[in-house]
Amino acid sequence: MIWNPNKECMSRDERSALQGKRLHKIVEYVYHNVPFYRNKLQEMDIRPDDIQTIEDITKLPFTTKKDLRDNYPFGLQAAPQSEIIRVHASSGTTGNPTIVGYTRKDIGVWSECMARCLTAYGVTRDDIFSVAYGYGLFTGGLGAHYGVEHLGASVIPAGTGNTEKHLKLIRDLGITGLACTPSYALYLAETMDKLGIRKEDIKLRVGAFGAEPWTENMRKEIEERLGLKGYNIYGLSEVMGPSVSYECQMQHGSHICEDHFYPEIINPTTLEPLPAGQTGELVFTTLTKEGMPVLRYRTRDLCSLMPGTCDCGRTEVRMGRIEGRSDDMLIIRGINVFPSQVESVVLSMPEFAPRYMLVVDRVNNLDTLQVQVEIRQEYFTGVFDTPAAVDQLEKKLATKLKSVLSIAAKVQLKAPNTIERSQGKSAHVIDRRKL
Amino acid sequence: MTVHQLSIFIENRSGTLIKVLEALKAANIQIIASTIADTAEYGIYRLICSEPMRACEELKKANVAVALSDVFALAIDDKPGRAADAVKTFSEAGISIAYMYSFLLRGKGILIFRTDDNEKAVKVIADNQLQSINEADLSELA
Amino acid sequence: MDTNSNRQEHLTPRPTREGQGGGSAFFNPEFETLSRTEIEALQLERLKETVAHCYTNDFYRKKFDEAGITPDDIKTLADVRKLPFTTKQDLRETYPFGMACVPIRDCVRLHSSSGTTGNPTVILHTKKDLDEWANQVARNLWMVGLRPDDVFQNSSGYGMFTGGLGFQYGAEKLGMLTVPAAAGNSLRQIKFIKDFGTTAIHAIPSYVTRLYEVMQQEGVDPRRDTKLKVLAIGAEPHSEEQRKRIEEMMGVKAYNSFGMSEMCGPGVGFECPEQNGMHFWEDYYIVEIVNPETLEPVPDGEIGELVLTTLCREAMPLLRYRTRDLTRVLGRTCPCGRNHVRIDRMRGRSDDMIVLRGVNIFPIQIEKILMKFPEVGTNYLITLITEDNNDQMIVEVEVNEATDDFAKLQALEKEIRHQLGDEILLKPIVKLVAKGSLPVSEGKAVRVVDKRKVFE
Repeated sequence: MIWNPNKECMSRDERSALQGKRLHKIVEYVYHNVPFYRNKLQEMDIRPDDIQTIEDITKLPFTTKKDLRDNYPFGLQAAPQSEIIRVHASSGTTGNPTIVGYTRKDIGVWSECMARCLTAYGVTRDDIFSVAYGYGLFTGGLGAHYGVEHLGASVIPAGTGNTEKHLKLIRDLGITGLACTPSYALYLAETMDKLGIRKEDIKLRVGAFGAEPWTENMRKEIEERLGLKGYNIYGLSEVMGPSVSYECQMQHGSHICEDHFYPEIINPTTLEPLPAGQTGELVFTTLTKEGMPVLRYRTRDLCSLMPGTCDCGRTEVRMGRIEGRSDDMLIIRGINVFPSQVESVVLSMPEFAPRYMLVVDRVNNLDTLQVQVEIRQEYFTGVFDTPAAVDQLEKKLATKLKSVLSIAAKVQLKAPNTIERSQGKSAHVIDRRKL
Repeated sequence: MTVHQLSIFIENRSGTLIKVLEALKAANIQIIASTIADTAEYGIYRLICSEPMRACEELKKANVAVALSDVFALAIDDKPGRAADAVKTFSEAGISIAYMYSFLLRGKGILIFRTDDNEKAVKVIADNQLQSINEADLSELA
Repeated sequence: MDTNSNRQEHLTPRPTREGQGGGSAFFNPEFETLSRTEIEALQLERLKETVAHCYTNDFYRKKFDEAGITPDDIKTLADVRKLPFTTKQDLRETYPFGMACVPIRDCVRLHSSSGTTGNPTVILHTKKDLDEWANQVARNLWMVGLRPDDVFQNSSGYGMFTGGLGFQYGAEKLGMLTVPAAAGNSLRQIKFIKDFGTTAIHAIPSYVTRLYEVMQQEGVDPRRDTKLKVLAIGAEPHSEEQRKRIEEMMGVKAYNSFGMSEMCGPGVGFECPEQNGMHFWEDYYIVEIVNPETLEPVPDGEIGELVLTTLCREAMPLLRYRTRDLTRVLGRTCPCGRNHVRIDRMRGRSDDMIVLRGVNIFPIQIEKILMKFPEVGTNYLITLITEDNNDQMIVEVEVNEATDDFAKLQALEKEIRHQLGDEILLKPIVKLVAKGSLPVSEGKAVRVVDKRKVFE
C-alpha cells in the first residue's frame, strides 16, 4: 500500500522539477526571514534567484550543529513566534540543547510523512499501534503518535518504562503495531519470557524500530521472538523527527520523503558531494519546512544512497544502514549523547577533577550509561566521613547530568588519578555494547 | 577533646584497600582502630592511627582521597552495660550519634563516635564526668 | 489509497492569528455564554443522544434492562436520575473494550490507568473525541487570558498520563507555542522558562513549589527573570492557602484545573479569572453531587460525591460516573459571563485512593508489589510527607531476616523502589525496617499516614 502515490511514485524528472521549485522557494524564505542565512548567503554572494534547479543546491552553504548552538534558542527560526505551536529539543554538544520549532503546517507534513511510513509497513486504520518511544521534548514519541492518529489507527501512548503493564496491554488489547528502539523490542521479548508470555499469545505484526543503530541479526532476533516484521525508521529533530526515511516491504534501504527532505552524501573531510552508492556523510535540506528550515544540514551520519525505482513502486531514493558517525556522538537508549556535554557539567563542579569517562554498556538489552569522575583531593574534606555525604555529592552530579543529557547516568566516583588519560576520539568513552 | 579520624574513600575493587595500607606501612604509621562503612559501590574506611596529620599528608601524596574529621573517643570500663550507659547520656541530652565503633585498649573500652552537635557533646562529657581521651593519650596507650 | 492522495500538505485547518475566539474573551462564545435555560435545553438534547448511543452497547443495555428503563424514559433533564451509576469497577470488569460504543477501528487513541495489579481501566477516543477534548482545554486556557502569542510549557508526564497529551493538544489548538517539557528535571524546566520566554506553565501545585525552590537555589527570580503570567495547577488536592502561596512565590495568578482520564483528561473544569470555583462545561457534562452513602442528590453548597455524565463522547460515553471526589456546587452564574456550574476545589475522596504529585495510587497496588518479595514481611506503612516543599511517599516494610550484608539490603531496597516505581509511576522512598518495628494492625490496618502540609 502507498499512502500518497502522487508524491511517493512520481518520476525522477517530475520530482527534480518539484524539488528545484521548492528549493528556490525555501532559499528565498530563509533569505528574508533568517538573518543567519541571509548573512551567509550574502557573504558567498548568492542571491535566491541564483537557485533555480535542485542541482544548484551545491552552491549553498552547509549548516552544522554548531550553527544551531550559536543561534540558541530561536535564532534559526524562520516563522514568527505566534505561528510556532510546538518545540522539540535534542542534544546539543554542550550545555544548551538544540531547539526546533514547528508550525501547524510542519506538524501536518510530519504526520503525513509518518502516515506514508506506516502505510509502507502495511499498517491500516484497523491496527492498534503502541508508541513506546519517549514522549515530550524527544521527537520519537509525539512524532510517531501524531502519525498513527493521522493514519486513523488507534494509538496507545505507552511511552517508555513500565514494561510489564505494556506487555499486559499488548496481549489484552490485541495490539498489532509497536514503535520503539530495537533494543527495547528485545527487552520486551526478554520480559515476555520472564512472564511466560509466548509470541502466540500476542498479535503484534508490525514494528517501527529506530532512533539507534541496529543490525540485520538484531532484526532477525526481534522478528523471531516477537513474531512480527520489523522495519527501520530514521529521522532527526533538526530535519523533522522520525519518518524522514523508512523501509518498505522490500526491506532494502529506507525511502526518503524526498519531496520534503533533499538528501546528499558528501565527503566529511573535503565536503565534496560523492557519487551515488559511495558511503559518506548524509546531508539534508528541508524543502517545505516553515518553523526552522535548514539548508544542507550535516547529520554526521555515515551511509550511502541508492537511487532507482524500488520493487515496491516507490521512486524515492533509499538510504542504506547508518554505518557510523563522523563525530563522537553516542546513541544511548535512543538519545543522542555527546561526551562534550558531560565535560561541560564536570567542569562546572569544582568538587571533581577535569577528567571523566563515559562507560556505555547493554545489560539485558537496555543501554546503561555510567559516568566516572575523580574526586578532587582538595574538596574531599571531613564531611565525607559517611556514605550519605558521598551519596549526596553523587546525586548532585547525577541531577546536573540528567538536566543536560535528558537521560539518567549512573555516577561512579573514583579516587584521584585513577581514570586513565588517553588520546584521540575515544579518549572519554568506553563502549562495551556489541553490535 | 576530640581526636582525628581519617576518612578514606575506597572504591569497591581489588587492590584499593591494600594501596592505603601499604602507604601507611611505608610511612611507619600504626593503626589503632578502623572500620569500613560499605555500600554497593564504594566504602568509607575510617581509621584512628598514630600521627594522623602526617598519615593524612602521606596518603594524599599517594593519591588517596582522604579527609580528617573530628570524632570523640571515650574510655569506659570493660564491663557489660557501660557502653549503653554512655550512649544513654548523650541520647538524653538530645544528641544523635551518626556512627560509632569500639575497641579494647589496655583493659579499657574505647568508644569512637561522631555526633550531630559537637559543642553540646563536649558539655555533656564535662557535666557527666565522662572520661574522654585525646590523641596524646591514645598514642601513649597504644 | 487514492482518496488520500490529495491531502498531503495542508492537513490541519489553520486558525486565524487570533485563534478561534478572535478578539473575544471567549474561545467558544456560542457555548460559553449560554443562559441556564439554554444550557439545560442543550443538555437534555445531548443526554437523549448519549443514552440512545449507550443503549447500543451490551453492558449498558443489560444495566438498563436491570433498572427497567429504556432510552424513551428520558424525557426531562431530571430523568438523568433514573439512569444507573457507572463505577471504576464497571470499567475494570468490562476491560478492555466492553464499554466501547463504536467499533475499535473508529478509535484513534487509548489511555490506560497505571498499574498491573488487577485490570487497568481503558479509555478510548475517536478523532472527534480528541478534538472535543482539545477544545475544552483550549477554552480553559483562553478563559484565563492565553493567546496564540503565548509560550506554554507543560510539565505533566506524557504518554498514558492524560495531563501531558491533553494540554499539548489543547494548547496547540489554541495556537500557542507549546513546549512538551514533561515531568521533572527542574534545572532544565527553569532554563527553558528563561530561554523560551515561557508565559504559562501547567504543573501540579507541589511541583510549582519545587520549581520555585530550585529557582531560588539558582538565583532566578520569577518576577524579574521570567515572562510568566499564568499558572495552570491541578491533578492534586491543594488548599486556597497553598494557591495563594504559589501566586505569591511566582508573582502570577494560578488557576485550578480539574480533569480525570475517565472523562477524557484535563479540561473538564477550570477556574475563570474570578477564581471562585471551577466552571464545569455543562455542554459537555451533566454534573451531579450526591451523598456517597445514599446516592441521593445533595443541595447546592453541600459537600458530596461528584458524579459526571458525558454528553459528547463517541467512543466511550459514561453515564453517571462516580468520580469518588468530594466537592460541592458553589453557584451557577458568574460575573465572567459564563453560566456553567461552579464547582469547589476537591475536598477529599470517598475511597482510599491517594493522590500524590498528580498520580493516583491505591494502597493495594503497593501491597501487591511488596508481597512479591519473600525477603519482606506482610506489615507495611505508607507515609506521605512534605519535605523541602516536595511531596514524598515513604514506604516502610519489615525485613524478615537480619543480615549484615549492607550491599544486599541496598540492592533489595533499590529493587523494591524500582518495581513500585513501575507500578505507581513515581518512585517512593523505601525504608527497610527491623521486624516488629511497625505498629501491628488490629482489624482494618492503618496503612496510610498523610502528614502532608497540603490539606486544609
